[in-house]
This record gives sequence, structure tokens and C-alpha cells, in this order.
Amino acid sequence: MTATLERPSVAVRKKRSVTPARVALHVFLVLTCLMTLTPLLWAVYASLRTYEDTSVNGYFSIAKSLTFENFAKAWEIGDLPHFYWNTFLITVPALILTLVLSSMVAFGVSRFSFKFNIALLMLFTAGNLLPQQVIVTPLWRLYRLIELPAWMSESESLIDSPLGVILIHIAFQMGFCTFVLSNYMKTIPYELTEAARVDGASVFRQYWQLTLPLCRPVLAALATLEFTWIYNDFLWALVLIQDGDKMPVTSALQNLKGTFFTDNNLIAAGSLLVALPTLVVFFVLQRQFVGGLTLGSTKG
Amino acid sequence: MTAVQEKPKAVAPSGPPPRRRGKRATALAGTDKLVLALMLGIPAVVHLLFVWVPTLGSIALSFSRWNGIGGLEDIEWIGVANYVEIFSEYPRFWPAVQHNLIWLLFLLVVPTTAGLLLAVLLDRELRFSRIYQSALYMPMVLSLALVGFIWQLIYTPDGGLLNSLLGLSADPVDWIGDSDINLYAVLVAAAWRHTGYIMLLYLAGLKSVDPALKEAAALDGASSAQTFFRVTFPVMKPVNIVVAVVTVIEALRAFDIVYVINKGRNGLELLSVLVTDNIIGEASRIGRGSAVAVILLTISLGVIIPYLYQVFSKENRT
Repeated sequence: MTATLERPSVAVRKKRSVTPARVALHVFLVLTCLMTLTPLLWAVYASLRTYEDTSVNGYFSIAKSLTFENFAKAWEIGDLPHFYWNTFLITVPALILTLVLSSMVAFGVSRFSFKFNIALLMLFTAGNLLPQQVIVTPLWRLYRLIELPAWMSESESLIDSPLGVILIHIAFQMGFCTFVLSNYMKTIPYELTEAARVDGASVFRQYWQLTLPLCRPVLAALATLEFTWIYNDFLWALVLIQDGDKMPVTSALQNLKGTFFTDNNLIAAGSLLVALPTLVVFFVLQRQFVGGLTLGSTKG
Repeated sequence: MTAVQEKPKAVAPSGPPPRRRGKRATALAGTDKLVLALMLGIPAVVHLLFVWVPTLGSIALSFSRWNGIGGLEDIEWIGVANYVEIFSEYPRFWPAVQHNLIWLLFLLVVPTTAGLLLAVLLDRELRFSRIYQSALYMPMVLSLALVGFIWQLIYTPDGGLLNSLLGLSADPVDWIGDSDINLYAVLVAAAWRHTGYIMLLYLAGLKSVDPALKEAAALDGASSAQTFFRVTFPVMKPVNIVVAVVTVIEALRAFDIVYVINKGRNGLELLSVLVTDNIIGEASRIGRGSAVAVILLTISLGVIIPYLYQVFSKENRT
């Protein structure tokens, strides 16, 4: 397949004609894309149909009428605004603090050499690759041990509190961000910070006013990625938050299933509503999203 | 171990008096040293406390018997009894290992091949290339929990898309309820999401291959297939390593999708489920759960350490 399709590409670049191989390539790609989109399109289709319609005619049929009713219903029955808000309270602080803290580490590690330079970076990178289950049990117990004043957490400990989920996101996601940012910062010429240092700029100014602005593209890419990852987190909140009411929207899906009962149209509509923020981010910031993942793999 | 290493660094900066005009321009002033120590120290402490301390905690707890609810003084140390029990008696362990292995093999074969193929096809001047890429990347932004939800609409026996397409509506196959096939049904859904990621990694890899290499091979009379397998693919070794690491870790982490579907029972047992069951499920045997976690840790370190070695040994040379 590949062999037959590859050859014409060289020729085409020269004369840009429509060859059968080119057509075959496009047909293959269109079909693959359609297959990839099918599950989502199927969910959209199911979500737009009424319960009466599908219970009589089945799902595999032509819709009698299309309606947005299911979305309104899922929004209301599932109490989605409440869960979106829970997610917001976790995602935004976690995202900002992750980027701030990891850029500081990356700056320190890439601009100065000290004894534990590489060791520190390796530790962060390794930590990010651990399966979450390796740390979840002691973490859950540790959270119950750490007592907090009531103004910081209603439950008076880290368990069952957005703060606890924020902290583990920061601790865990810092690994990836530090790795990517330090690779990027290494490509910034040394002379730049060196000159600033000679001019008497403090370490913090070198970081905040000189290095960070240069890292804007990477920070944008990482912010996009981390938003989707933190938004999509299921496990941390599931384990560390016991009160179903406090769960972020992704983990609350589990309970919504019970609320929606067996009405698949409602489940489809609810799922799409939960997917919506990440899909919007993907469509608007696709370049950043892809760029971030690429930066993590091929070293700058 | 690591926590001890951190200490001296945080203490050291208070040593030299501040504002001493350095003999060399590179010497750091006292306040700068303190600032730098804080910039590195605070994140390091957060990371160590919430990631590595619990990891060590899992190792320690794996040698104990504890229900997790009582105080620390209730912990009973029982040596390797948990491991012995897991390997010899625990009925859910070996199926879980088997399922994780199948998961890994499936991800290593199906999405990797598909992702590589698509990357090769798209790595050229092509109309609509952006649109194709967007469509293929899209599943990547969905959480695995959500993927589980969306695919249930396809697999459900009553009115699911798959049975309808296959003409099995009269005698429906229960893709998710049948413990002989549900693992593969779930794997198809997981692969659906994973393929875009692999494709993205390989596309980046292909772009970074020096075109001169391909031209040289073509001049020497190599066919496209030969050029790809003998030149391009070997040159992409760093990408291949990343793909391998990402896939292994993904296979070990697999949890959300099976938990959403049936809480990881009836043919969908995974090591991650066995761990989590002790905290939020019916079992509450912290020791045994931790021992499973340590087994996960051991396997994952098997890929993490070679990966770190590969990445950071290169770093030292440059």
C-alpha cells in the first residue's frame, strides 16, 4: 500500500497532475477520517433525536425530527453548570501554578549549573511517567492526615477538597512541563542572560522579564495541553474527592450515568456537553496542542 | 534518599554574605542564590512530597496489613506475605496481568502501525492535509472516560451501531457484557484515541529526517519502500523510543475506560483496577493493593530508566 502510493509523490511535485495513485490516496484518507469521526458523529446523531423516536424506530434509522431538547435536559438533570464550575475551580489554579513552578525549575536547571542539575530534571521527568496507581494509595492516606483550617478546605483536610486535587495535578504535571520548558530554554543563547547578569539584573528579573517572554510560544502550547489533561482527569478526583457533589465534570460522568438512567440519547447529549470545552480548545488552538505534544517528544 | 539530596542546596545560599561585589561577573550574589534556591526548592519539595514520598509509601505499605482507616499504629508488618498471596491465591491477579499484557501488545501493534502508516501518507505536499490531520487528531482531546461513554453507544446490544451495521440486530452480540470479547471491544476504542497521538509523533519524526538522506538513497537506486525501511525508519530511533515509552505507560495506566464501562470486572480486570479497588471499591486491603502498585512501579521503571538514560546521556555529551 505505502510502496505503491509513495512513488508518485515525487513525480507529482514536479508536474502536479492527477494520477490514479493520488486519487487512491485521497479516497483512502477520506474513508479513514470518516471512520475516525464516526463515533462522534453517531453520538451527535443520537443526541439530536427524541426518546420516542428511537424507542420505536431504533437508533439505526432515519430520524423523524431533530431537536436540541436532550442537551437542555442533560444540562438540567445532570446539573452540569455546577460540575463545570467544580472543574473550573480545579483546572485554572492547577494550570497556572503548574506553568509558573515548572518554568522556574526549567529556568534554574537550564541556566545555571550546579551539582544536582541533571538529577533534579531526571527526577521530574521520571515522576511524570509513573502510572498514577503507583502513588494513589499512600496519597489518599496522606491527604487524610494533612489537616487544614476550614477556610482552606470545607472538609478540614486535603481529602474531599479541590485543593488536594489541584496539588496533585501540579506535582504530577510539573514533570512534563519542566522537561519541555528546559529543552526550550536551552536553545535560548546564553549570552542573553549573561549580558543581563553583567548589567546587574537579578536572577528573578532574568527569569521573569527576559526568559519567560521568550518562552511565550511554548507556554501557550503547554497551557493548551495541560488544560485538556487536567480537564480530562478522571482518577485523581474520583479517588481524592468522596463527595459526589464536589467532583469535576469528567469524574462526575460516572454518577451522571445513573442519573440519565438508560436513555442513550441523554447519555449522548451529556457526553458531548462534557466533551465540548476540550473540542473547542482543540479547534481554536490546534496548532498549540499539536506543537506541545511534538515538543515533548523531539527535543528542541 | 532524594529528599536528603535536596536539603544542602536549600541551606547553602544563606552562607555567603549578600551584596559582595563578585570578582567574576558570573558569581551569584547572596539574594540571587536564595531566590534561585527557592525557585528550585519549592517545586522540588511539592513534587517530592506528592509524587515520590507516596511512591516510597507504596513500597513500604506493600509489606503490611492494614485497612487504611485506622491510625498508623494499626499497621501490621507482615513481610512479603502480600506478594506470596498475590502470586498464589489472589484470583483476580493473573487475569489482570494477562489483560494488561494484551492491552500493551494491542497498542504496540495496532495504533502504532496505523499511526505510522498515516504519518507516512500525510508527510508530503497534499491538498486537504490539514483537514485530514485535524480529523485524525480529534479523538486525542477526549478523556478516556468519555471515550468509554461514546463507544458504549456503538457497542450496546439494543440499537448499537455495530450490531446494526453487521446485521445482528435480531441476534445481538453483547460486545461489552460478554467477557470473552469485551476486552478487545474496549481496546478498539482505546486504540481509536491512541492512533492520532502516534501519528503526530511520527509526523514530527518524519519532518526531522534530513531530506538529503532520502535523496542519497534514491540516487543509489533504492525504492521508496527500501528507503523507508532501511533509511528513514532507523533514523527515527528517538521517535520510536518515545512511541514505545508512551505506549507502555499508557497500557499500564489504563483505568478510566474500563472503570466507566463496568468498574473493571467481568473480563475487564486490570492491575490499576486492583489497586484502586482498595480505596474506593469493596476491598479495603491497603497492603495487597500496594503490592500490586509496586508491581506496576517495577514494570514502569523498566521503561522509564532506559528512557531517561537515552535522553540524558545525550544531554551530557552536548
